[in-house]
Amino acid sequence: MSVSVSQIAIALNRFGLGTRPGDAAPDDPRGWLEEQIVQYQSGSPLLASVPTSVAVAADIRDYREEQRLMRMQGMAKPTPMPAATMAAANPAPPAAATMAGPPAMQPPTTAATTVRPEMQEARQAARRLAKDDYATLAAARANLALASDTPFAERLVHFWSNHFAVSADKLELVGLAGTLEMEAIRPNVMGRFSDMLFAVERHPAMLLYLDQSVSIGPGSPLGQRLAARGKAKAGLNENLAREIMELHTLGVRTGYTQADVTEFARAMTGWTVSGIGGGPGGRFSDPLTPGGFMFVDQVHEPGPRHILGKTYAAGGRAQAEAVLSDLSVHPATARHLATKLARHFIADAPPPSAVARLETAFLRSGGDLPTVYRALIASPEAWATQPAKFKTPWEWSVSAWRALGTRTVQPGAVQGLLDQLGQPMWKPGQPIGYDDTAPSWAGPDAILRRVEAAQRFAAAAPAGTDARALAAQMFPGMLSPATAQALQRAESPNQAIALLLVSPEMMRR
Amino acid sequence: MDRRSFLRGAGTLGVLGGFAPRLAFAKAATAKRFVFIIQRGAADGMGIVGPVGDPAFIGARGDLAADVAQGTKLDAMFALHPAMTATASLYAQGQALFAHAIASPYRDRSHFDGQNVLETGGASAYQLRDGWMNRLLGLVPAEDAHAIAVAATVPMALRGKREVASYAPSSLPHASDDMLARVTQLYQGDAQLHALWDEALSTRQLTGDLNAKDARNTGALAARLLAPANGARIATIETGGWDTHAGQRGRLTQQLKALDAMIGALHAGLGPVWNDTLVLVATEFGRTVAANGTGGTDHGTGTAAMLMGGAVKGGRVLADWPGLAQASLFENRDLKPTTPLDAFIGGAVASHFSVDPSRTMPALFPSSARTAALEGLLRA
Repeated sequence: MSVSVSQIAIALNRFGLGTRPGDAAPDDPRGWLEEQIVQYQSGSPLLASVPTSVAVAADIRDYREEQRLMRMQGMAKPTPMPAATMAAANPAPPAAATMAGPPAMQPPTTAATTVRPEMQEARQAARRLAKDDYATLAAARANLALASDTPFAERLVHFWSNHFAVSADKLELVGLAGTLEMEAIRPNVMGRFSDMLFAVERHPAMLLYLDQSVSIGPGSPLGQRLAARGKAKAGLNENLAREIMELHTLGVRTGYTQADVTEFARAMTGWTVSGIGGGPGGRFSDPLTPGGFMFVDQVHEPGPRHILGKTYAAGGRAQAEAVLSDLSVHPATARHLATKLARHFIADAPPPSAVARLETAFLRSGGDLPTVYRALIASPEAWATQPAKFKTPWEWSVSAWRALGTRTVQPGAVQGLLDQLGQPMWKPGQPIGYDDTAPSWAGPDAILRRVEAAQRFAAAAPAGTDARALAAQMFPGMLSPATAQALQRAESPNQAIALLLVSPEMMRR
Repeated sequence: MDRRSFLRGAGTLGVLGGFAPRLAFAKAATAKRFVFIIQRGAADGMGIVGPVGDPAFIGARGDLAADVAQGTKLDAMFALHPAMTATASLYAQGQALFAHAIASPYRDRSHFDGQNVLETGGASAYQLRDGWMNRLLGLVPAEDAHAIAVAATVPMALRGKREVASYAPSSLPHASDDMLARVTQLYQGDAQLHALWDEALSTRQLTGDLNAKDARNTGALAARLLAPANGARIATIETGGWDTHAGQRGRLTQQLKALDAMIGALHAGLGPVWNDTLVLVATEFGRTVAANGTGGTDHGTGTAAMLMGGAVKGGRVLADWPGLAQASLFENRDLKPTTPLDAFIGGAVASHFSVDPSRTMPALFPSSARTAALEGLLRA
């Protein structure tokens, strides 16, 4: 089959993250993409000094311990943490003590929210630490994308990371959010979907973000003890179970019922995070090894569960694992994931033919992701000449950096740019992640901001960068006469670069 | 979109992430300073200088009249919005003058056309190709009238054959007029981007809101540039966010706090030079007499304008008040204009720079050449 130049442009931009100066154009675009599935390396020297979830968790544990000691020393009255910053859903030790401990442990007043300077300092220090971790991880993601010779694989990492979105809103999540991508997504992006699913649902960021760590089986040993003491509040939290069904696997309105969600939530009880899980079950965890996945039998709801017409025998931790396994290869999951992948790579309203092809590949392979990716590459719909996808701010930024040969970006710069362009990294604000369609990104103000940012990019471009030559390399066979003319007529080399970065070719993929 | 109308939009763009006032300066050989604070978006004159003594006012405005009704009493008819404390104190010192039921010759309700008339001094939009402040540079002693730049873009009011530079008070990169024009061209053949870009350019100014800290900084910066003996003499400051179609009470309060902070900072920063300074505050047109269904007001006609400065014969509201009874309204909805803004500005500027008013009016407002400039606005 002959290769048209526009196919090269499609491979580079629609499937990849844009070309870099000096990159050779792939002479076999499809083969180039398929090779990346094999060549992809999840590890990288760029990840060597990046904070791990265990390290972040240790900081969280230390901070909480410090708080607890301060309270015991009477340095502060109990301070209800603002929900937006501290874990409303992950009660810190004093709250746990209120529920489980003797009343005498509770200080006499809870009315005023007085915070002593020591407490405030500790909180500020914890927040600074978390923000540093966040920025370091964000820069690592960007630098991996800039250095990558397997940009299709990197794009897939970003896709799955958004599929399994956590949001850096609560203090714990600020530091942890990026570790989920590094630890649960990157290593599994070329594996089976079930491997990724298990890694994500056991990751501390997800367990904390969707409140799994505080969920208690009402019939569990701890649940019964709490009930006997009249603590009716302690119980099931359905958040993660629901989102696994609705967002991570089956998809919304695919036939599961509220009863299925509740039963799944019961099966999930006991899944928590070591050391920093919080909640009444927190004291069963090991404070010396914070951040790890842990199953606490004391809070697990006993008995068999009935989910989607199937009965899962009692079996502790293995019970929810069996449910997850089934969900990971469920036909609704196949359809859901096929639709999202096709939407990401082909069009906002993906052609049913392409969705069906990916769905079949998923089902026949038992959720083998490389098989699905190969089906995607083989889909003629994905090679339509007209670019149908409007780049998100992240996609636009990465392709702009790559176009100008940038290899390293500073933590503050990544964060600042994405905040300004309206897509703060790992911070979609909701578990559904960032929307993957044009109306969310193609707004008048968004375009204007890209124009302003493009000028900044251009100002920092290496001397001697010729936008006209660059354009030909970036969009082989696809450069419109209007863009070519605009670059030709620009008043300066820098202005030509800025125009190239906001050209219609660059805004879409 | 032609270059002219394009620039009209481009000149009003805010910075990344919100509004920041813009300054543009021109230098002229005179001890007198003149600042025009442009209110873009049709500021609600009746919400700022409220005709609380008009029996129809409260009824038409309802809740929207509540703030100004509790403001500083200016005379038997008018009260000043309570957010404008520094301005109220200037008024008390006789250094602030308000004119009401005032309007430029423009009688339709398009922001952009209205602003073009406000700034060019023409009778209708695009009739004149330069700004009346640029023509003013030719009237004042101008042997060393080279320009100093204090904004990313020069507003229409200052554009013209006399060079006017600009200086951006923000470190954020504004897109230059030229860049914006080129992007417009680049998107010409792309339906989606073309539509988005058009909208971006035309709505940018209307969505910006005035923030008190930025406004104070801008006022202080303007004062620093105007105060030195070798500094600028003529300046414009553009403010946006006045298009209060909804939620007007809270928004107008914020806007006026910011405007007041800007005026206060100018006053404080100019020190003794305040005595040689004239500040004009004006907008393209006013807003409807009646409140609309979303707690705001829609585009109207007659509005209020302000003069401030050490030499202003202030402490009074200049108004040939037409009344707000239904029969007295312009086109059954708006405050009827009874004072020409051209005559107000022409009279103030002529007096300030000691230029013969009969020369000022034809030069600045050629279509109002036969309108007599208002006299007695400044102390002799």
